[in-house]
Amino acid sequence: MERNLTHIALFAALIAVLGLVPKIDLAAGVPITAQSLGIMLCGTVLGARRGALAVLLFLALVAAGLPLLSGGRGGIGVFAGPSAGFLVGFPIAAFVAGWVMERTTLSPAVAATAASVIGGIGVMYVFGIAGMALVLGKTLSEAAILAFAFLPGDVIKAVIAGMVTQSLARMRPASLLSRA
Amino acid sequence: MLTLTSPVEIWAHRLAAGTKLAALAGATTGLFLLDAPWVLALAGVTAASLYASGGVGFAKAGVRQLWPLWPFVVLVGLWHLWTGDIAGGAVVLLRMVTAVALANFITMTTRLSDMLAVFERLARPLAPILPPRRLALAFALVIRFIPVMLERMALIRQSWSARSPRQPRWRVMVPATLSALDDADRVAEALRARGGAG
Repeated sequence: MERNLTHIALFAALIAVLGLVPKIDLAAGVPITAQSLGIMLCGTVLGARRGALAVLLFLALVAAGLPLLSGGRGGIGVFAGPSAGFLVGFPIAAFVAGWVMERTTLSPAVAATAASVIGGIGVMYVFGIAGMALVLGKTLSEAAILAFAFLPGDVIKAVIAGMVTQSLARMRPASLLSRA
Repeated sequence: MLTLTSPVEIWAHRLAAGTKLAALAGATTGLFLLDAPWVLALAGVTAASLYASGGVGFAKAGVRQLWPLWPFVVLVGLWHLWTGDIAGGAVVLLRMVTAVALANFITMTTRLSDMLAVFERLARPLAPILPPRRLALAFALVIRFIPVMLERMALIRQSWSARSPRQPRWRVMVPATLSALDDADRVAEALRARGGAG
């Protein structure tokens, strides 16, 4: 019981910390923030249910007024802005990534990369694009063009999520709760 | 850690957090149901006067909070100038900026602890599966561990730099995640030793 709670809380903190590290640190020349990497890792490491709960806990603290989203954004306002759809997609993305991870028997690296692409990119973009279309009053295809500007960065993050999950599986096999 | 609550105390700080959130929910729903440009303009002016009622310093902080929206405003503005649908563009932009401004106003005038108390109250029907004490403990744990993990991240980066002339980049992610997992185990043990998470 306590282990579930602390894993959820610590990964919520990890998502926040990844939003605060400087952009350029992650990959040479590509300005990407690591926040959605945190969402992917919640799914691939903690599994579907705990991963989604960690993301929900993080979002609750953002809504309560902590500036934890990348770029120091936060408060209730972000849920009314153009990226609200992505925020709604965050917990579902983590859930789907975790679900994929739990259901396959592929090696952790391959499974986690695939899970991150399906959850962290596929599911996330469906919600993000729908949200942008709604808030900006545009058609889905127009909003999609805007969202796909972030695709290269997100593909890099999915690969990193796969490599990190693989390293964790090798160093501490028991720590991969999604495969426990 | 700094919150987004304004250090400048204004009249709205004294209203109950639950009341403010309910009013915000109503206002935002209204904004998305309304389509007439002049009604939305009126809503925009109302939002601006809310900020103005807090004085110059408060209003300035409010504008800073809205600043991240500028790329979208420029993009949508240019798009509608291009298509010639000026009224449509005004509706979209007024609605978005007003909705975000109203929500930011609530965030700026409500203390973090009051906001979390509302969330805990809202979660009370879930008590059989999510005891309120456990939720409060989860909030506290995250808030406590963000600075701890930031510090650890800096340490990991420093020790990497001590060993390698290159930038650590994504490689810091592995020890960072590992240390989060270890912390989770240790805190769980500590909680159990002190009578459990309740």
